[in-house]
Amino acid sequence: MSPAAESQPVSSSFWNDTGRTGIFSWIFSTDHKRIGLLYLYTALTFFLIAVVLGVLMRIELMAPGRTIMGAQTYNALFTVHGVMMLFLFIIPGFPGAFGNLVMPIQIGAQDVAFPRLNLFSWWLYIIGAAIIITSLFTGGGPPDTGWTFYVPFSARTGTNVSLAVFGVFIVGFSSILTGLNFVTTIHRLRADGMTWGRLPLFVWSLYATAWVQILATPILGITLVLVIAERLLGTGLFDPARGGDPLMYQHLFWIYSHPAVYIMILPGMGVISDIIPVFSRKPIFGYKMIAFSSLAIAAAGSLVWGHHMFTSGMSDMAILVFSFLTFVVAIPSAIKVFNWVSTLYRGSISLEAPMLFALSFLLLFSIGGLTGLILGAAATDIHVHDTQFVVGHFHYVIFGGGVFAFFAGMHYWLPKFYGRRYAEKPAIVAWVLLFVGFNITYFTMMVLGMKGMPRRYYDYLPEFTALNLASTVGSWIMVSGLLLMLANLFHGLLRGTPVGNNPWEGATLEWSIPSPPPTENFVVEPVVTHGPYDFKGAGIP
Amino acid sequence: MSSQPHRDDAGAKLGMWLFLFTELLLFGGLFLLYSAYLARYPHEFAVAGARMHLVFGTLNTVILISSSLLVAMAVTAIQKGERRTVLLLLGGTILCAAVFLFNKYLEWSAEINRGIYPDSPRLNAGPPGESVFYSLYYLTVGLHGLHVLVGGTLLAIVALRVRQGAIHAGNFVLLENGALYWHLVDLVWIFIFPLYYLIL
Repeated sequence: MSPAAESQPVSSSFWNDTGRTGIFSWIFSTDHKRIGLLYLYTALTFFLIAVVLGVLMRIELMAPGRTIMGAQTYNALFTVHGVMMLFLFIIPGFPGAFGNLVMPIQIGAQDVAFPRLNLFSWWLYIIGAAIIITSLFTGGGPPDTGWTFYVPFSARTGTNVSLAVFGVFIVGFSSILTGLNFVTTIHRLRADGMTWGRLPLFVWSLYATAWVQILATPILGITLVLVIAERLLGTGLFDPARGGDPLMYQHLFWIYSHPAVYIMILPGMGVISDIIPVFSRKPIFGYKMIAFSSLAIAAAGSLVWGHHMFTSGMSDMAILVFSFLTFVVAIPSAIKVFNWVSTLYRGSISLEAPMLFALSFLLLFSIGGLTGLILGAAATDIHVHDTQFVVGHFHYVIFGGGVFAFFAGMHYWLPKFYGRRYAEKPAIVAWVLLFVGFNITYFTMMVLGMKGMPRRYYDYLPEFTALNLASTVGSWIMVSGLLLMLANLFHGLLRGTPVGNNPWEGATLEWSIPSPPPTENFVVEPVVTHGPYDFKGAGIP
Repeated sequence: MSSQPHRDDAGAKLGMWLFLFTELLLFGGLFLLYSAYLARYPHEFAVAGARMHLVFGTLNTVILISSSLLVAMAVTAIQKGERRTVLLLLGGTILCAAVFLFNKYLEWSAEINRGIYPDSPRLNAGPPGESVFYSLYYLTVGLHGLHVLVGGTLLAIVALRVRQGAIHAGNFVLLENGALYWHLVDLVWIFIFPLYYLIL
């Protein structure tokens, strides 16, 4: 136990905060921990809804032809599944939930720089989500364009695209405000002695994420406004008949939406960077390079959007440049992976639940990243573009990378905020089911894509039946693991055994305060004297 | 709910600057489209640009630059503790915003009377590049007008806070941030004016 922890006087936890009562003490709270939990609950709710939609799609694809739904329903399902998973779960969820819960404590602050703006961000997120959900049941029915809202179809379809797009616009605004709040917080509110070189790597990754949120999201905003204008005013800016160009839409959309991939994955990389040293009992290998590579990914990742458009009719020169830049992004990503592996080397590894999720992240993210290079090279992309291979690839990155890191974070940090922990054995069983089910579900998709099965079709040729059936069975294994994991967490966090300040013997600041933390986080303002992974300096044997 | 009031003027201004970046990027998307379509339709853009009402554009430029001067003077005045002057200067800025929007209303009415608006029969019958030019014009200027409205409202709230004494010589970061926002509104117009009215 760290000496700093012993010197902290006892104070009541943020759960017993007085002031407003009932639900209002949550939905109007400006405490970053309460807002973080609000984000966690809401984001997980949308995640579960989107999981159900995903499972329904897999059931439809179990056999060729119509299985449980028609083409139009299937179109709506993959659209809403994508919109919810991306815009309502992983983009707001990671910075919103874990960024809010952990980041201020990790830098030794009492709260974020703008607590009321933080609450406002959550409200914008909820309002945007409500608008998106409203769009499913009103007007011409749920949008059927895919989450990318590509023109000209999105400008012409009779479904309720305008309202859904407006909801995404509002959620984007929320994301911008979270980003600028976090950048300001990390610049202004670090405790005494918390130099840039002592920031936990999760904070570094959130810092890079926040810049992407600030710089990329406005472009999505204006693009969505243009889609609405196209539909409501008939501006014709993307309509070739009136001099517009649909390719311009794709450029604008991917200028945001490719960097957005890094909003989804960078915080996850930060979680992994915090977990691996703690469960290897070794300081992180290459701290500076991991911190720097987060910024490098954010910067280089903003220049590669054109690799989504190799088959759209760009010039060959543009394809060459975007292809090259895409390969450049692989360098900082590989730097991270190598440093994590080097941290493991000769470490005293303990395979507890957070570490298992972190290790599977390493494998799944590597597969996702390397298959990304197949898509980043124009020659191979032409063959697998818009096939199930792409679906498999981005699920390896976003689910196998981002969401597995999210689960790792839930097992690692939630005991801190609930003061209780889950049972270890069910957590490991759940992890096995998730890991096995995941690979069956998505690896088969990549094989199917190689064989030529296109994405976004509710029907397929009979020769794809066996692999599709396997993928669907994999999704059931995965969902059973997911349900077991959530039940175990739910039960453990409410009824499980109480944990002390530092159940994992970590050296970052959040482990020096009580579990659950007091409202003001630190009763005595902390003075930081050691690095985030300096276990000896923190007094941990 | 926070237990002790925490004040960080530098932090507040940092947050505002970051927000201004996002605003620039929002308009940046439209300027990007402008440059791409200008390269494709130089002739049509020139014909359409020559038809713009230069008088309205020039008048509005003068009004906005003056308003930016007034709000900058208000920031100086608050530091000297001259509350009455601050209120007058802010009132002048808001008046400029109102006159700007009124001019815009007159200009748009004139354009619409000529049959120039998105999806109008006249534009749809004309060459494609011209309809792109006018659609971009309406969207960019419309979005800018919305920002004039928001900025004016923001400055009205700031003026109210000055009157209440909440903003004073010892604590005026809200006024500074309001002024920063207003300068952004001005700055965006400084790019819109030549691109649509002058250089074509």
